[in-house]
Amino acid sequence: MLSLLWKDLLVELRTKETLASLFLLGTLLLLVLSFAFDPTNPLRESAAPGVLWVAIIFAGTGAINRSLLRERENDALSGLLLAPIDRGTIFLAKATINFILLWIAECFLVPLFIFFFNLPFLSTIASLAIVVPLTTLGFAAIATLFSAIAIRTRAREIMLPLLMLPLATPLFLAAVEITTALLAGTPLAQVSHWFRLMLAFDVVFLVVGWLTFEYAVAE
Amino acid sequence: MRPGQQTPSKTDSLAPVAVMVSMVAAMFMVFIAVPNDAYQGPVQRIFYIHLSMWLPTFTAFGIVGVASLLFLWKRDRRWDHLATASAELGLLFCTLGLATGCIWAKPIWGTWWTWDPRLTLTLVLWMIYAAYLLLRTLATDPNQGAVMAAILGVSGVIDLYLVNRAVYWWRGIHPAVVVNKDGGSGLNDPMMRLTLMVCMLAFFLLFLWLLRLRVRTAHLEDEVDELRHHVLAAQV
Repeated sequence: MLSLLWKDLLVELRTKETLASLFLLGTLLLLVLSFAFDPTNPLRESAAPGVLWVAIIFAGTGAINRSLLRERENDALSGLLLAPIDRGTIFLAKATINFILLWIAECFLVPLFIFFFNLPFLSTIASLAIVVPLTTLGFAAIATLFSAIAIRTRAREIMLPLLMLPLATPLFLAAVEITTALLAGTPLAQVSHWFRLMLAFDVVFLVVGWLTFEYAVAE
Repeated sequence: MRPGQQTPSKTDSLAPVAVMVSMVAAMFMVFIAVPNDAYQGPVQRIFYIHLSMWLPTFTAFGIVGVASLLFLWKRDRRWDHLATASAELGLLFCTLGLATGCIWAKPIWGTWWTWDPRLTLTLVLWMIYAAYLLLRTLATDPNQGAVMAAILGVSGVIDLYLVNRAVYWWRGIHPAVVVNKDGGSGLNDPMMRLTLMVCMLAFFLLFLWLLRLRVRTAHLEDEVDELRHHVLAAQV
């Protein structure tokens, strides 16, 4: 699994295409969504958490789709599948690398988001430090599983969001609710039920992906 | 006769009759026999049909989950046929349920749609199973499509609990647009309760009959495919 991780990390370090596109697309989405709300309107503040997550989801969906699509070039996926390792391990490696890349991109996107929305810098970073990785973990797990499915259909790019977003409803609702609460300065204890839901989601889709990835990639 | 072939059984000739009789009875009761609701007037009559949609919908989505799991496990095409047929019918009844609900809500609640948890959950469900059917149509290979759809079918059922919790909490904090949910359940008149039961029975029978027909069609399609392969092989 470590060598799989290293392989993907190396590819990314050499090309930097995933990170670059993630970051640029995320920034662009933050910008476009900021245009959607009048800067003088107080509504803007309450829309901020939604803007952050929509930008991450859209940029992330494209990037994760790429990560498995890349394996199809030169039929690298068949090579991976022929390797004497459990298919579940391949899933975990792919999900982990997607998680790492998304998280790195978020480390740049969140400060930018704070900058655009004029939020207090340190306290926002501190309050988002847990919720962002937890959401990203569940997102990486479900998106990796369904991108393995989506790339084998005729409408590759459009299929992943169609399959994944309805199932990811609980995750994103939890992310937006927790972010809203934290930005408003609500104590963590009041949103602990959302945290539990998010954790449950992460665990469920890591396990489901680990168990069913074998079927998703089987020829 | 080929081994896979089925002769029309007694059930097959009885099912359409039972569906038709119960459906005519239900329509008669809904539109003529049952009295008007004291507060809502004639609009409330759509509720009998609206409520009757949910039993088939949830039965169908339940079947999709179980049949998908069995398909992944046993790899028997019949489970896949059952799952597809159920998903199609579930989506049909779900659409009708949402549509009748909107038609009822407009005059009674004054809005087509509220982000009430139950509505939200149903809409998410609808999206999941619409994606399920789309996945099948867009799959490049039907066998692969069946496996991939089964994964979605299983994940859908597992996810249902989490979606349910999430949408309830999401709306639970804010007061709903309309708090009064007694609109449909305040059926005090015995005739009203009878009408609801007949209506539910009629639509459930319709669902079962359609499911049977749809599963059979899927088997026949498979058989035709197989025969075509034989013919093509013989020609070569």
